[in-house]
Amino acid sequence: MNGADVLAVAGALGFDAPLLERYGPLLLQGLKTTLELVAISVPIGFLLALALAYARLEGGPATRGPATAFMSFFRGTPALCQLFLIYYGAGQFHAALQSAGLWWIFRDAFWCAALAFTLNTAAYQAEIIRGAIANLPAGQREAAEALGYGTPGAWRRVLLPQALLVALRPLGNELILMIKTSSVASVVTVVDIMGATKRAFSGSLDFEVYLWAALVYLALVEIVRRVWNALERRMTRHLRTA
Amino acid sequence: MTELLAPLAFGPSGWGDELVAGAWLTLRLALVTLPIGLAIGLGVALMRDGGSRVLRSVGELYGAVFRGLPELLTIFIVYYGAPRLATHVLALAEATLGLPLSGTQVQIDGFMAGVLALALVLGAFSSEVFLGAIRAVPAGQREASDALGMSRRQAFRLVILPQVMRLAFPGLANNWMTLLKDTSLVSVIALPELMRQANLAAIATRQPFLFYLAACLLYLAMSVASERLRRRIEPAASPRSAEPAR
Repeated sequence: MNGADVLAVAGALGFDAPLLERYGPLLLQGLKTTLELVAISVPIGFLLALALAYARLEGGPATRGPATAFMSFFRGTPALCQLFLIYYGAGQFHAALQSAGLWWIFRDAFWCAALAFTLNTAAYQAEIIRGAIANLPAGQREAAEALGYGTPGAWRRVLLPQALLVALRPLGNELILMIKTSSVASVVTVVDIMGATKRAFSGSLDFEVYLWAALVYLALVEIVRRVWNALERRMTRHLRTA
Repeated sequence: MTELLAPLAFGPSGWGDELVAGAWLTLRLALVTLPIGLAIGLGVALMRDGGSRVLRSVGELYGAVFRGLPELLTIFIVYYGAPRLATHVLALAEATLGLPLSGTQVQIDGFMAGVLALALVLGAFSSEVFLGAIRAVPAGQREASDALGMSRRQAFRLVILPQVMRLAFPGLANNWMTLLKDTSLVSVIALPELMRQANLAAIATRQPFLFYLAACLLYLAMSVASERLRRRIEPAASPRSAEPAR
């Protein structure tokens, strides 16, 4: 199907084809930005989350305290507030950030959003991983110890492989929540799906554009949900009795 | 240090009282939304658990849509869409009743739009929790109510619902924490709640970091207070151990 066909089909379905022709490309660009934000923040957040969960469960008071505080802060406050704190708040430290060579991150709304979402999802993922590890039977850790593994080795070889299987479903939910949360970036001028929609609305004053955005998000969430379910089925196939 | 925190002072010189007023509006928004959202959630859960295929599909669709949409988008759709929809419905009702068209444009203020949007979202997420709880009540409870000669309605009200509330409590407590944070999104439709007040203060004083940090800490205080309250209620509300918080 080429562009004209798509528009014809959309028109036949009751959508406003001229409107779609005018703002469709902007919306697609927004979709790309949304995907980029999620693709950056979720994997990096996962790595941070592993470190946070490890610090929470294995660290001494000096590492456990900060890890707990970080997780409480990012799980207990709205993502919008975190984003404003980073994007607008950084302006107050312009000189210091510039001399540290970090200003390019804080100058740019996209990178601020990516940073805020990375820290946010890291806190939520860390809570999921922490719960999964803490709920493993104590015998697993004891067995790993008896085999001579140190704590890092036990995590890598024994605890994490089991915990991540348990955590697969909540981590999938977190991925979907992150897709939804990323729409908050539009408030600081990032043109993601939501940002593109707001532009299209202020250009056309046609409410229909919000319904397109709804369909795009619902489709995105549904695709991720199905792919994740398939992934989970595949990765837990050894646990099912044939 | 005191000089640094001066913009947070109460009274005409500082923004402290505005922030607290904003936090109070945030709390009111969440408290008004809670019963409406939970009522929707329980209703939708009963639809999804019931025998009618049509009601079940409607309930499933509602849940999938409002769990899938970003909360920010739901707020925009309700804020811009609800007055249009209500205006159309009003005109249609007048036309069918043969009344002269009044041409009334229905208005909806930020608070109402916020409550409506957040209640729709809470309804979708809590219906999931209620459904799980309804299905977790052992079938023997219904059978026992039958044996005692209770009607279906009596059995639900006296036997099933109290157990559902206990089983649902930990999940609903999580829904509340999410709701509290989601209220910040209503600031985009210019309701002067906590986030909005922090915006205004940050612009006026050019101290964004201070005010957004203060706003974050106020949200955190509300979250922590909720968590404490939940820990106090939970042993009484739920006989079994709770799931970890999300």
